[in-house]
Amino acid sequence: MTKQHPLIELRDVGKRFGGVVALEEMNLEIYPGEVVGLVGDNGAGKSTLIKILAGAHPHDSGEIIFEGKRVASLNPSSAKVLGVETVYQDLALVDTLDVPGNIFLGRELIRFGVGALRVLDKPSMDERSQQLLDRLEVRLPHPESEVGMLSGGQRQSVAISRALFTNPKLVILDEPTSALAVREVEHVLALVRQLREQHIAVLFISHVLQEVFAVTDRIVVLRKGRKVTDLVTTETSLDTVVGFMVGQLDGDSHA
Amino acid sequence: MRELWRRWALDYGIYVVLGLLSLVLWQMSPYFLTASNLLNIGAQISMIAVVAIGMTLVILMAEIDLSVGSVAALAGAITAGLLHVTPPDGLAAGVWMVVAIGVGLSVGTLAGLINGLFTVWGGIPSFIVTLGTLSIGRGLVLLFTGGRPIFDLGQDFAQISWGKVGSVPVPIVIMLSLYVLAWLFLRSTQMGRYVYAVGTNKRAVELAGVNVRKLKIAVFSLAGTFSALAGIMLTSRLDSAQPTAASGWELSVIAAVVLGGASLYGGRGSVAKTLVGAFILQIISNGLNLLNVQAYWQQIAKGSIILIALLIERILRGRR
Repeated sequence: MTKQHPLIELRDVGKRFGGVVALEEMNLEIYPGEVVGLVGDNGAGKSTLIKILAGAHPHDSGEIIFEGKRVASLNPSSAKVLGVETVYQDLALVDTLDVPGNIFLGRELIRFGVGALRVLDKPSMDERSQQLLDRLEVRLPHPESEVGMLSGGQRQSVAISRALFTNPKLVILDEPTSALAVREVEHVLALVRQLREQHIAVLFISHVLQEVFAVTDRIVVLRKGRKVTDLVTTETSLDTVVGFMVGQLDGDSHA
Repeated sequence: MRELWRRWALDYGIYVVLGLLSLVLWQMSPYFLTASNLLNIGAQISMIAVVAIGMTLVILMAEIDLSVGSVAALAGAITAGLLHVTPPDGLAAGVWMVVAIGVGLSVGTLAGLINGLFTVWGGIPSFIVTLGTLSIGRGLVLLFTGGRPIFDLGQDFAQISWGKVGSVPVPIVIMLSLYVLAWLFLRSTQMGRYVYAVGTNKRAVELAGVNVRKLKIAVFSLAGTFSALAGIMLTSRLDSAQPTAASGWELSVIAAVVLGGASLYGGRGSVAKTLVGAFILQIISNGLNLLNVQAYWQQIAKGSIILIALLIERILRGRR
């Protein structure tokens, strides 16, 4: 869609678990600020692909090129350094902490002190997380309440905001709407659009194709560990995508 | 509205219970609300309350420490044993006493460290690990003392439990200062926050890059140190190290912590409420004494009160 260089590029990436081929000949480009939908049936290779990008699984073959440079191998922290943040399905929030507490978990701002006695700088954390939420246009009625008290959609917003704290270039959202009420889904989709406006690329994984169509620029269909097609969202239809997913249609990938 | 009431009851209910109990006891005996009786109660609970600080931290992380009584007895016995040794040449008796106390405290830290290492690196539930160290600790006490009390520990050592700062007994000063420190630690420090967070969602804290294993080992060590301190306070109070000292402390301490609203599943609780819990348990004893209830019945009454309190809390938490 854009004529820029890709943010991240996969060339013939493959991954095996023992004798099982989880992913093969995977070619994928994601451009800055682009929302790419990743769809496919269970076992199509979506999770494997996410985990390779997040650095949780090393890839066996092929190349990963990030901003024009070949990346030797990814691990969870090097992926974060490159600017890839992942929001997992099960959220990883601490229910008894408030919103700033979750956004700053593991990277708390310290007023003074060393070692076991580092004293938290709560006012600064409150202020900076509010700035982050404002920037993302996330509205939470009571940021000081425990996140365990928030609704599913609000919790998802907190999890996404937390991932955005480090100004990543690519955010991977693994089924961000799976546990949400219909009304709250729209909330998350709005947040995804917000990310695109801020030029952050998003890899959006969902089982609900209507959501994928509502929010993505491009849709990548995986089937049995391979990419079967790569479609521009506005130029395709739900039936076409389903056809590729179940294997009725069998196009060459025209990436 | 009901939701608000429920949350209020969960947050402040324990203080209401304390207030009501105090009123009842005051009705039964005007003596109850005198300064001297309150200071007396304070001194009585000081040891259990000091152990309960460490226990609160451990329980907040969804772990448990059953070895507190044995560790307390061991630390007390070793300190008492050292007090009977003639100080090395040139060392004043006062300095030697500080050394003896220091060694006793270190024994507690070491015991806690062992609890932590077995739990974290061994992957054994802390319930089992500390059940083991409970037994080992008591065995060591019996070995060390030969099953006989160590008496006559000296006037200076007795000051730890019988001395006063102004008109306030030293044990109360020790207890309250530690509670203030623990409260500040949990409220305001990064590590204190992690203690809560680990008990709520350990995996999330690990994913955030925090060294959860190190944190747990540190907290177990701290809990062991608190047990040792309480054991030394008890030894001073009795002017002797008894081989069976502090037996069953684990039950009173855990009772105080859970009565204070801490969840054994971790993540919920506060040291302030733990102190209130310890206080309530003691005034129940006081009250039953005033009512001339036989000691055997007191045990039953106490246990029942704890069960009922927890059942009410469970109902208030309702859906969760």
